[in-house]
Amino acid sequence: MLNISNLHVNVEGKEILKGLNLDVKAGEVHAIMGPNGSGKSTLAHVLSGRDGYQVTEGTVRFEGKNLLELAPEERAREGVFLAFQYPVEIPGVNNAYLLKAALNAIRKHRGLEELDAIEFMALVKDKVALVQLKEDLLTRSVNEGFSGGEKKRNEIFQMAVLEPKLAILDETDSGLDIDALKIVAEGVNALRSPDRSMIMITHYQRLLNYIEPDYVHVLADGQIIKSGGKELALELEKRGYDWVREEAA
Amino acid sequence: MSTKQQDVESLVGKEYEAGFITDVETDTVPPGLSEDVIRLISTKKEEPEWLLEWRLKAYRHWLTMTEPTWPNVHYPPIDFQAISYYSAPKSKEDGPKSLDEVDPKLLETYDKLGIPLREQEMLAGVAVDAVFDSVSVATTFKEKLADAGVIFGSFSEAVKNHPELVNQYLGSVVPAADNYYAALNSAVFTDGSFCYIPKGVRCPMELSTYFRINASNTGQFERTLIIADEGSHVSYLEGCTAPMRDENQLHAAVVELVALDDAEIKYSTVQNWYPGDEKGVGGIYNFVTKRADCRGKNAKVSWTQVETGSAITWKYPSCILRGDNSVGEFYSVALTNNYQQADTGTKMIHLGKNTRSTIISKGISAGRAQNAYRGLVKITKNADDSRNFTQCDSLLIGDRCGAHTFPYIEVKNNTAQVEHEASTSKIDEDQLFYCVQRGISEEDAVNMIVNGFCKEVFKELPMEFAVEAQKLLAVSLEGAVG
Ligand SMILES: Nc1ncnc2c1ncn2[C@@H]1O[C@H](COP(=O)(O)OP(=O)(O)OP(=O)(O)O)[C@@H](O)[C@H]1O
Ligand SMILES: [Mg+2]
Repeated sequence: MLNISNLHVNVEGKEILKGLNLDVKAGEVHAIMGPNGSGKSTLAHVLSGRDGYQVTEGTVRFEGKNLLELAPEERAREGVFLAFQYPVEIPGVNNAYLLKAALNAIRKHRGLEELDAIEFMALVKDKVALVQLKEDLLTRSVNEGFSGGEKKRNEIFQMAVLEPKLAILDETDSGLDIDALKIVAEGVNALRSPDRSMIMITHYQRLLNYIEPDYVHVLADGQIIKSGGKELALELEKRGYDWVREEAA
Repeated sequence: MSTKQQDVESLVGKEYEAGFITDVETDTVPPGLSEDVIRLISTKKEEPEWLLEWRLKAYRHWLTMTEPTWPNVHYPPIDFQAISYYSAPKSKEDGPKSLDEVDPKLLETYDKLGIPLREQEMLAGVAVDAVFDSVSVATTFKEKLADAGVIFGSFSEAVKNHPELVNQYLGSVVPAADNYYAALNSAVFTDGSFCYIPKGVRCPMELSTYFRINASNTGQFERTLIIADEGSHVSYLEGCTAPMRDENQLHAAVVELVALDDAEIKYSTVQNWYPGDEKGVGGIYNFVTKRADCRGKNAKVSWTQVETGSAITWKYPSCILRGDNSVGEFYSVALTNNYQQADTGTKMIHLGKNTRSTIISKGISAGRAQNAYRGLVKITKNADDSRNFTQCDSLLIGDRCGAHTFPYIEVKNNTAQVEHEASTSKIDEDQLFYCVQRGISEEDAVNMIVNGFCKEVFKELPMEFAVEAQKLLAVSLEGAVG
């Protein structure tokens, strides 16, 4: 599904990713952990095609295609979805309206019929229930005045509607209360499928109790310095990152 | 009476019956401005003596005035002697014979706005012989209005049929000597719209210049007068989202609104005149004076405007809040792209007690365009407990355009509350990326964000106008990004 090889990325002239390798197969869930500022969000942004990141070396292949060649909207239409660490507010733009436009752009790309407002609302009804999103959030402006937790739920709700092949969840758990964490995790679990892969960026092992990853990776100093199963997360929780760094050095 | 005059008269009288004017001899006065020309206009229009005197007085005053230089707009000097001040509607020989002869760019825009072919012909100035679809609409429309006692028609008609009303109110809001362009308009205006809503009447429908079939012939010096008598209510729509073909570069209109006790006027404008090409060549100069007088207590006037057209726009729809408890509102979206220049805003003059005004202005600049908000909030000595809220936001697309804000506030009464908020921002990269990450194209994303930015104004527009306005923004912004 996704193959990242020797990826080097500069931001404003500074190298942030320094030869990162990662291989994600269809259906797999990979957790990425690592200290603040180690480059996790940078990786998420590079994969989704955000401006301002220079790839100086390495390749990223997504379903056989050179992902780095595609415009961000093309990547999205191909099935790359990013649940943002900090979802942005867009005043005056109706949440459902944006999502309908997104879904139809993706459907069009996939050769499917575009949905009209009625069909769209029917589809959305089920997905709203999935993350127990308050229905009035649908008709409000995108993320405007949403609580931190509501913003994160809205991200997962969008993911449920857009049905991506590769979902990158950047700290979806942070800012969620305990109940909300469970609900969102259940939502994410419901979206797990043999042909959908996920990359979950998180700081807390807690999330992984709810969403069991196939692999856990440690990203530090611009590289993945250790990979393991979910037990690695437990160990990180107990011991922090220094020992991994020392081990890798 | 000469045959020519008869033609003119029948033309003026016939606009609704015939729906579209065909086969009228071209009747143009040679370029130049003088008292003789004004007399000629007045004679051709068979105006009463007082109106001629009024025009002449305005003209004599205009001669003593100089063109304003304070707006933040730049253009070469206008040669007022090179303009022809009277031209009867053109015969069909002058216009394009068919849409094939019309600028394809214009047609492309019509298509994008989803304007039916027949209407395209009308807008582009193609002479249509067949009865235009909306004629029947216009006729039923007229009957309904007449039943309600509403007078709505061309200014010329009103001068003929309701001279006492015109005499009473003309120039009572915008005096003939008010400013350079208003004085010029007062001297030479040829036509426009007139509307009177009698006491206690709620106008049964939205009034639209679009339904006035001769709207495309009202010329460059248009005069509009709307009077809402006590307790009446009217919503008036001006303009059209489609760009009108027009050979006149200078447009200097005057709009006067009078709201008496407990009356309400909602005046909505969509202005999309030719802005010139991508290099800034051509395009209309729109120098208009619009003012409302809330003459009675509890009167209310709302101006809502969406301005995307014209090379240069110079326009400050204002409210004089004379009656106690009267309310003035101004909601504006002004979008400038390429080399367009706009200097627009409002004036809220609080004279009465407990008067309230709201100003929401959204300026969008793209390309190399310059967009200025200029607003005055004046609270006079006797305007106890008056309140104003002003919000003035500018959005920049790209880094070669400019936004400027000139808020003037004069408060002479210490019980007044005046609140002003202003912001200038670039189109937000995070917002754009959020949208494209969801699969939406960059162009659609920009449109969505810009429309969101304008939401507070759009929601003040009548429904179908709002939908058109959104489409219009999208078309006007084309090529602004990427
Ligand atoms: N636009 C930018 N300009 C300058 N530096 C940047 C920019 N974006 C990211 N960086 C730097 O790149 C480094 C990696 O940032 P990134 O956001 O990827 O970290 P992270 O691993 O997601 O951290 P966190 O756990 O705090 O979310 C940081 O040092 C950050 O300051
Ligand atoms: Mg991060």
